[in-house]
Amino acid sequence: MSDMQDYKSSLSNAESRKFETFSYLPAMNADQTRKQIQYIVNKGWNPSIEHTEPENASGSYWYMWKLPMFGETNVDTILAELENCHAAHPNNHVRLLGLDNYAQCAGASMVIYRGKTV
Amino acid sequence: MAVKNYSAGVKEYRETYWMPDYTPKDTDILACFKVTPQAGVPREEVAAAVAAESSTGTWTTVWTDLLTDLDYYKGRAYAIEDVPGDDTCFYAFVAYPIDLFEEGSVVNVMTSLVGNVFGFKALRALRLEDIRFPIAYVMTCNGPPQGIQVERDILNKYGRPMLGCTIKPKLGLSAKNYGRACYEGLRGGLDFTKDDENVNSQPFMRWRHRFDFVMEAIHKAEAETGERKGHYLNVTAPTADEMMRRAEYAKEIGAPIIMHDYITGGWAANTQLAQWCQNNGMLLHIHRAMHAVLDRNPHHGIHFRVLTKILRLSGGDHLHSGTVVGKLEGDREATLGWIDIMRDSYIKEDRSRGIFFDQDWGSMPGVLPVASGGIHVWHMPALVNIFGDDSVLQFGGGTLGHPWGNAAGAAANRVAVEACVEARNMGREIEKEGKDILVNAAKSSPELKIAMETWKEIKFEFDTVDKLDVAHK
Repeated sequence: MSDMQDYKSSLSNAESRKFETFSYLPAMNADQTRKQIQYIVNKGWNPSIEHTEPENASGSYWYMWKLPMFGETNVDTILAELENCHAAHPNNHVRLLGLDNYAQCAGASMVIYRGKTV
Repeated sequence: MAVKNYSAGVKEYRETYWMPDYTPKDTDILACFKVTPQAGVPREEVAAAVAAESSTGTWTTVWTDLLTDLDYYKGRAYAIEDVPGDDTCFYAFVAYPIDLFEEGSVVNVMTSLVGNVFGFKALRALRLEDIRFPIAYVMTCNGPPQGIQVERDILNKYGRPMLGCTIKPKLGLSAKNYGRACYEGLRGGLDFTKDDENVNSQPFMRWRHRFDFVMEAIHKAEAETGERKGHYLNVTAPTADEMMRRAEYAKEIGAPIIMHDYITGGWAANTQLAQWCQNNGMLLHIHRAMHAVLDRNPHHGIHFRVLTKILRLSGGDHLHSGTVVGKLEGDREATLGWIDIMRDSYIKEDRSRGIFFDQDWGSMPGVLPVASGGIHVWHMPALVNIFGDDSVLQFGGGTLGHPWGNAAGAAANRVAVEACVEARNMGREIEKEGKDILVNAAKSSPELKIAMETWKEIKFEFDTVDKLDVAHK
């Protein structure tokens, strides 16, 4: 039993709260983030930025940061908006979605800035 | 109009049912049969016999034939082709006028197409390879209750395959112990846990206790992880009434998804349940017990791509598809073919994937393929590459068999799937670089590291029994 590791997760530990795709991996670095944004652009999806207080992350609707960036293909522009959103809401989760208007569904969704879990 | 006279006796089928000059109509239901005839019977006669016996004909002329316009209602054998690499059989293509079939009834279509004809003496063996359902017929069917995009929105899962786990042992757990196994898997990062197909309502665990304990497991895991979770509550039952009773209770306690075995449970029951799910906002997971009885023999039975179409028309949001890489049978190209049939809105004829007809589904929602059976973390790169995001990857033993338990097993699979998706999005070739991707991900996940050590050597490298027909022999 001594080699066995306990699975650390509980209601009382806010660190247990996840936020869907990529939340089981370490936070992405700048280069990794760029490549994920490039993937969304290459797919032809519309980038969209949303944010929320971490304690309210489980709902369907987060706060939209401005409108979806329809037709935006410049990775730097998208990154800059993510930074703007993060600067305005430093304690919130900030996620980037790739909206696929043909499927009428997000093709990608990932938290780029991880907020402070409380 | 030509007048026909009645003359009793037996006519050759080909006089009436072999029509090589016939151009199929857009509204015809088309079928491709692989026919293995008895020795000495001409191909045209056998093909015509198949068309006759699966539509209007019987073995002798009857006077009542002349009371109707048989030339309108009859099935027509319109083409014959060699089977590549196999001289014992040939493909026969048959067109059926749409009016032969009740609207919205796969039961009725299949009762004709795979009915008496399969026992016909002039045949040594017969296999239904594919059916083209015209859009006119598709529009009469209800189809999947919710579809892939709605499921993603309901469960808040985007940009990756979903993860499931079938609870083992298959049989014998009490409801409370069973709920424990579910809870551990869900808190570790799974999206779904699943009833095994033969879990219905046995003396050791009646369905209602199972439903109650499993829902408690879901609620706690959701509160703990902040993510949405589900468990496929199997409502397959001895009668359709009892099936509906279980479905109603699942809805009452807030379960997002239920489950049915569409072949053993029956297509009429399945269609009824799928329509109810659509009307009640429930997702429907479909298991396919008994399919291999029908689809595994290359010369006789019903190909799985046909069973896939049947399910999409009858209704289901998930369908087991085989894994290509796990413990169960499944040729890679053929599997890719029926995965397309499940998900896409228009599938082109592609013999290299065993698809004999264009199939237009119109706006009918798609079905998520479920890869399940003998898979573990080392298979993850191949699975993500083969199945893509719109799939459910299900690790039973590959979750529960983790040395540290279900939660750790679940976390290992969750880290692995996210690492593969992240790498794929970054443009890496994940099947080729799979080992590197997993080893790197395991640096921050002790659960994944142990899983990789546990299952390192397990492979399933038996040859596939049912291969696509290509000239390799």
